[in-house]
Amino acid sequence: MILTNLPIGETAKVVSVKGNNAVTKRLMEMGVVPGVAVKVVKTAPFGDPIEIRLRGYSLAMRKSEAEAIEVSE
Amino acid sequence: MKTPTTESQESGVESHLTENSEIRNPKSQMLIALAGNPNAGKTTLFNALTGLKQKVANYPGVTVERKEGFWKAGENAARLIDLPGLYSLDVTSMDEQIAHDVLTGKIGNLPKPDAVIAVVDATNLERNLYLVTQILEFKIPVVVALTMVDLAEKQSLEIDTAKLSELLQIPVIAVKAGQKHGIEELAEKTFEAAQSDKIPHLPWLTEAEFLESDEDIHLSLSDDAAANRKIFARYNFISDVYQESVNALETTERGVSEKIDSVLTHKFFGLVILVAVLLLVFQTIFSWAELPMNLLESGFGALGELAKAVLPEGILADLVIDGIIAGVGGILVFLPQILLLFLFISILEDTGYMSRAAFLLDKLMSKVGLHGKAFLPLMSSFACAIPGIMAARTIENPRDRLATIMIAPFMSCSARLPVYTLMIATFFAGQTVFGFISVGAVLMLAMYALGIFTAVIAAFVLKRTLLKSPPPPFVMELPPYRLPNLRTVFQNMFTRAWLFVKRAGTVILTISIILWALAYFPRTNTEMFVPPDANASAEEIQKAKEDFQQSEQLRNSYAGKLGHLIEPVITPLGFDWKIGIALISSFAAREVLVSTLSIIYNVGKDANEESETLTQAIRDEKRDDGTPVWTPLTALTLMVFFVLAMQCMSTIAIVRRETNSWAWTLFMVGYMTALAYFAAFVTYQVGRMLGF
Ligand SMILES: Nc1nc2c(ncn2[C@@H]2O[C@H](COP(=O)(O)OP(=O)(O)O)[C@@H](O)[C@H]2O)c(=O)[nH]1
Repeated sequence: MILTNLPIGETAKVVSVKGNNAVTKRLMEMGVVPGVAVKVVKTAPFGDPIEIRLRGYSLAMRKSEAEAIEVSE
Repeated sequence: MKTPTTESQESGVESHLTENSEIRNPKSQMLIALAGNPNAGKTTLFNALTGLKQKVANYPGVTVERKEGFWKAGENAARLIDLPGLYSLDVTSMDEQIAHDVLTGKIGNLPKPDAVIAVVDATNLERNLYLVTQILEFKIPVVVALTMVDLAEKQSLEIDTAKLSELLQIPVIAVKAGQKHGIEELAEKTFEAAQSDKIPHLPWLTEAEFLESDEDIHLSLSDDAAANRKIFARYNFISDVYQESVNALETTERGVSEKIDSVLTHKFFGLVILVAVLLLVFQTIFSWAELPMNLLESGFGALGELAKAVLPEGILADLVIDGIIAGVGGILVFLPQILLLFLFISILEDTGYMSRAAFLLDKLMSKVGLHGKAFLPLMSSFACAIPGIMAARTIENPRDRLATIMIAPFMSCSARLPVYTLMIATFFAGQTVFGFISVGAVLMLAMYALGIFTAVIAAFVLKRTLLKSPPPPFVMELPPYRLPNLRTVFQNMFTRAWLFVKRAGTVILTISIILWALAYFPRTNTEMFVPPDANASAEEIQKAKEDFQQSEQLRNSYAGKLGHLIEPVITPLGFDWKIGIALISSFAAREVLVSTLSIIYNVGKDANEESETLTQAIRDEKRDDGTPVWTPLTALTLMVFFVLAMQCMSTIAIVRRETNSWAWTLFMVGYMTALAYFAAFVTYQVGRMLGF
C-alpha cells in the first residue's frame, strides 16, 4: 500500500522507498527507511502536504513525495 | 590578560590568539567544529562555550553564515566553529556543502578540524545520530553533546549514556547549556579526543557492503543505488543502538506540541491565525517602524545642518551633506524595518511556527512553483523589498530562493506610496465611482494588484525557464514548539542587520555619490534671476531665488542632460525630459521622484506629495505648444511604471549581496525595467486610442 492511502491516525511499517532521486534520498536521510513505523497525523488545510510521525518526531511532505513510500497493510 | 571579544572579521580570532600570546602554545591552534541538526541546541551550546568571544561572517562567495568563537577551558583553548544546522552531510544543499567542506578541510583558510562536537537532541535521538554516523565516516574524532535531556526526562525517555557511549565507541556527555552543566566534562573529553587518533570501528559500513549481496533487502530497496544502501545501513545500526540504550516508557498523554498543533495547523483556525500573524508582521514593519524611521531621518537632517554649519561652503560641504550624509541616511533609514522584520523571523523560526506556516501555505505557493516558505519574504516586501529579500534566506533550495528574490520587488513597497499619493492627489482627488468609492482607493488597490499579478506571472515563467529545476523536496521537519531564547533572537536580529549595513553600505554610498555628482555638475551660473513680483517681501524673493537656482542647476546638470537624452525613449510614454530627470534621480529611491519634481517645477525641494503648490505646478506644466504635459493618463502611466520598474539602489545592492552575482542583479534590473516600460507604453498608447 502507498503511504498516501493510509488513513489519518493509522500506523504502518515502511516496506520500501521507491525511486532514486533527491526526494527519496532526503526521505531516507530523515529516517524513512524500510522497517520503520510511521503514522499519518494530518493533511494541511488545502489537502497537501501531509504530516507524518516517525522515530519520535514530525515530518511534513507533499503527497507527490509520499507516493514513493510503500507501507505494509 | 585581555579577553578576546567580537571583532572585525578578518583580523578576528587569529590576532586575538597572538595578543593572548597563546600562539606559543600549539594547543591553541586547535580547531573544533560544532555540528548538529537544526534545533538541536547548537547555538545555545556555542554561546555557553564561547561566551561573547565570537564573530559572524559569511563563507566566501555564499550567504551561509560562518560563526566562529574562541573556547577556553582551563589549560586548553581552541577555535570553535559553528557549522550550519543540518540533517545530513550528503551534498544536496548549500549548508551541507559548506559543512562537508569544513570537515574535509577544503575551506580556504581553515584546517581540517581536530575534533567535532556533535550536538544531539535527546528527544530525537535516532535522526540526530544519523548525522553522527556520517561525521564518523570522515575519520574525525567525535564527541557527542547530548542536549534536551530535561525534556527527554519529561517525555519518560530513559537514556543510558554509558551504554550509548559504549555502542558508538565515542564519548557521550549530557549537557545543560543553560546551567553550564556538563560543560567541563565536555571540554575534557573533547580536548582528549582531539589529541588522540583513535578512530572507532564503523560496523555499518561493513553492513552496507554486506547488504549489496543480500537479495531480500536489495529487492525491497528496489532500484536504489549504493548511497541508499548506506543510509539504510546507518539507520539499521542506529536502531540497534537505540534499542539497547533507550528505555521509552509508554505514555498515553499527547505531547504539548501536538496539542498546540491541533489549533495552529487546524483546517480553519490554522489559516485564520496565520493571516493574523502575517498581518501583525506586516503592520509592524509598516507602521511601528515609522517613528524610528522619522527619528533617523530628522537625525540625519540635523547632522546635515551641523555639517553645513561646520564646513566651509563649497563643493566639499555639498558632497558631504547632499551626497554622503543623505546617501548613508538613505540606507540607515531602512534599519528599523529590517530589525523589526528579523525580530519576527527569529521568533517565528525559534518557536517552530515558521515551518507550520510553510506547511499551511505550500499548496498555494507551489501553484506558482514556489516553496511554502516564500510567503513571508514576499509579504514583507510590501513594506520594503530589502528585508524581504534578506528573509528569502530561509528558503534552502537556491533556485527557489533566487526566484523569490527576483519577484519580491514587484510587491508595492512603502517607498512607492508617496509617488502613488502624489499622482492621485494631483489628478484624481475627490473623484468617485458609483458615487461612493473613491477613485484614489481603487487606483491604489489596482497598483498593488498589478504588482502581485506580475510577480505571479514572473515566478511562473522563471521557474519554467531560467530557474527550471525539478521541484525541490518539500520534505521538512515540523520541530516541536519551544519558547524562543531571547538572547538567540536578539543576536540573530543584530547580526543580520549589521551584515546588511556592511554589505549594502558600500554599494549604496557609491551610487549616491554618483547620483549626487550627476545633479551637481556642471555648476550653473544663475545671475539671470528676475524677481517674480515687485511687491514681494525680501523673504519671498529670497525663497523664489533659491528655488529658481536649484531648478536651473538641475536642468543644466548632467542629470538634466540625461533627461534630454532619454526623452525620445520616454516620449511614447507621454513623459517629457523633466519627468525624465525625475525618473533618473528616483533610481536612488523611488520617493525621490517627489522632491525632484518639486525642484524642477520651481516649488522648492521641501514640498511633499500632498502639498498644494506641487500638485498645482504639475497641473500647470505646459509643453512648448501650450498643451499640458500632465494628463490623468500620464499620471496613471507613471504609476504603472513605478509599480514594475527596478528603481531602488538599496534593493540592487542587497540583491547583489544575496545572490552573490552581478549577472542576476543586472538581469533583475533589466527585466523589471523592460516590463515597466512595456506596461507603461501599453497603458499610455491604449489610453490615447480610447481618447483619454
Ligand atoms: N529544554 C531545553 N531547551 C533547550 C536546551 N538547549 C537548547 N534549548 C532550547 O532549544 C531551542 C533551540 O536551541 P538553539 O540553540 O537555538 O538550536 P540550534 O538551532 O541547534 O542552534 C532554543 O529555544 C533553546 O533555548 C536544553 O538542554 N533543554
